[in-house]
Amino acid sequence: MNLTQILFEALESLNSNKMRSGLTILGIIIGVAAVIAMLAVGSGAQNEITGSINDFGTNLLFIFSGNEQVEVRNPRPLTLKDAEAIGDPFFAPSVGLAAPSINGKHIVTAGGKETSVAVNGITASYAPVRNEVVGEGEFISEAHVFERASVAVIGPETAEALFGRQTGLLGETIRIEGQPFRIIGVLEAKGGTMMGSQDDRILIPLSTAQSRLEQRDTIDTVDVIFIQAVSSEAVLQASEEVAQVLRTRHRTAIGMDDFTIYTQDDFLSTAESITGILTIFLGGIAAISLLVGGIGIMNIMLVSVIERTREIGLRKALGARKNDILIQFLAESSLLSLLGGFIGILLGWALSFLIEKISIAMGSPFYPSITLDSVLLATIFSLVVGLFFGIYPSNRAASLQPVEALRYE
Amino acid sequence: MTENVITTKDLVKTYQMGDIQVHALRGLSLEIKRGEVVAIVGPSGSGKSTLMNILGCLDRPSSGEYRLDHVPVAGMADDQLAEIRNRKVGFIFQSFNLLSRATALSNVELPLRYAGNIAGRRQIAEQALAAVGLEQRIDHKPYELSGGQQQRVAIARALVNDPAIIIADEPTGNLDSKVGQEIMDLLMSLNREKGVTLIIVTHDPKVAARAGRIIRIIDGVVEAAQ
Repeated sequence: MNLTQILFEALESLNSNKMRSGLTILGIIIGVAAVIAMLAVGSGAQNEITGSINDFGTNLLFIFSGNEQVEVRNPRPLTLKDAEAIGDPFFAPSVGLAAPSINGKHIVTAGGKETSVAVNGITASYAPVRNEVVGEGEFISEAHVFERASVAVIGPETAEALFGRQTGLLGETIRIEGQPFRIIGVLEAKGGTMMGSQDDRILIPLSTAQSRLEQRDTIDTVDVIFIQAVSSEAVLQASEEVAQVLRTRHRTAIGMDDFTIYTQDDFLSTAESITGILTIFLGGIAAISLLVGGIGIMNIMLVSVIERTREIGLRKALGARKNDILIQFLAESSLLSLLGGFIGILLGWALSFLIEKISIAMGSPFYPSITLDSVLLATIFSLVVGLFFGIYPSNRAASLQPVEALRYE
Repeated sequence: MTENVITTKDLVKTYQMGDIQVHALRGLSLEIKRGEVVAIVGPSGSGKSTLMNILGCLDRPSSGEYRLDHVPVAGMADDQLAEIRNRKVGFIFQSFNLLSRATALSNVELPLRYAGNIAGRRQIAEQALAAVGLEQRIDHKPYELSGGQQQRVAIARALVNDPAIIIADEPTGNLDSKVGQEIMDLLMSLNREKGVTLIIVTHDPKVAARAGRIIRIIDGVVEAAQ
């Protein structure tokens, strides 16, 4: 028999018991739909995180005190002087701008409303390095830092939380840990991210933060120095130069750096490996349901073999070889699962669409993305499931002795 | 003198049923000539079903020789037997055994499908259906046909591969006597016109009486050939 005939007969036989075939493929449909939807959620999360890391800034490097790889005794903190040295084009020509920052979380009040917000002490170079755009008003200037001015630039979400609006806030006063700050600007929204909102924070001059908010043992200490390399090709070179400057300044032994430099790519690859694990995890759980669906197919095929014992006997009497029967039943089981796979892909697509709509309706937009890979994977996997779980019942059918099969009532 | 289409020598078939050995055939020898109509009769348990299964290549003897159309088939493997059944044997069953999902034409085509890609399969099947007088009903499914018509489809199916023998197991057992008569008439005319060798296994003396020869099986051996 040729392939078309085999498929046609299999289709005919499945069609003759629509209810049962439908219920059987339901397991595969749900399994494949779950795989598709979960992989879409995983890769959606990946896109989201990758996007938000790119929103941090361009050609960005991060310097933290301490070293995670090597045990270093008494790491020296990063200081403003470090930042100045790094920003000096004579020592580090590949570095465009250096933006030191100190970070804290503080209680902020305004007009009787209270919220706990991240407060970053920064300098004027923070804006270009971190791609910050002020929607209304102005950014913190060199003069503000020099004067230790009590001024603040606030994120749109913070503005919403404190005032219920994002415009007309210039000149309003907020109190950070009870101390008054005048609002001079409101940041433009960057959008929510998986790593916490970048829109819910307050920026104040670094000098003001040092003297008024953060109690530090050395007044000069900063938490992070953000660096923008002059170009994307210069990122690695900049990292090398910065390390050289800090090693000299901190007088560290060779191989005993007391600081860590991350590039954006480091963050990207870390984030990608985390979301990769997430995707595998979600996909794995979904794959279990596909497996259960496959067992369902095996179950029904076994019943079908028993039910059709006489038919098998007759076919053998008419000259069907072992393989003819084997292929007939395998065709049925793979057709079942392949059909379930196709419907499952459509359902998975609908499910991802639904997740997107629900997340938008709930105010935190999330965009699952269905990749061609996941569709191919689901198709092949469902076919394999059908073949694998079809083998046992089909083999049973093919091994029936014609005499006994014909006698079967 | 016409040649033998079936020759068996000392056929023995032993079954193991639990602890008991059942000797279904005990050294049975017979010969059937091409174009003959033979009735195999005998009481239940005589071994005639076993004989029929072996003659039809559905089963193998425990020992003994069997030549079908000059081919020694006693020691063949499953798939070889399947091929022999497909090319040399036509079956007619008491309960017709048609595929309920398929049309009369597809049912008749079935042996041709297992024979490989035969050109003009449809025409061959249509001719076989015409030979049993069902050319008007090729697209009907079994449940749309009467018992007699269903058995005619089964006869067409048995004929379609132009087999060396046709084995009919109680072909009239599920039919009333008038329709049974018609089916027997059809089988006899096929024998006359096409020279088909017919082996009819039956309890019915009226059916047996129409055969050219009656082989009576008792206790696994041929009792008397007439």
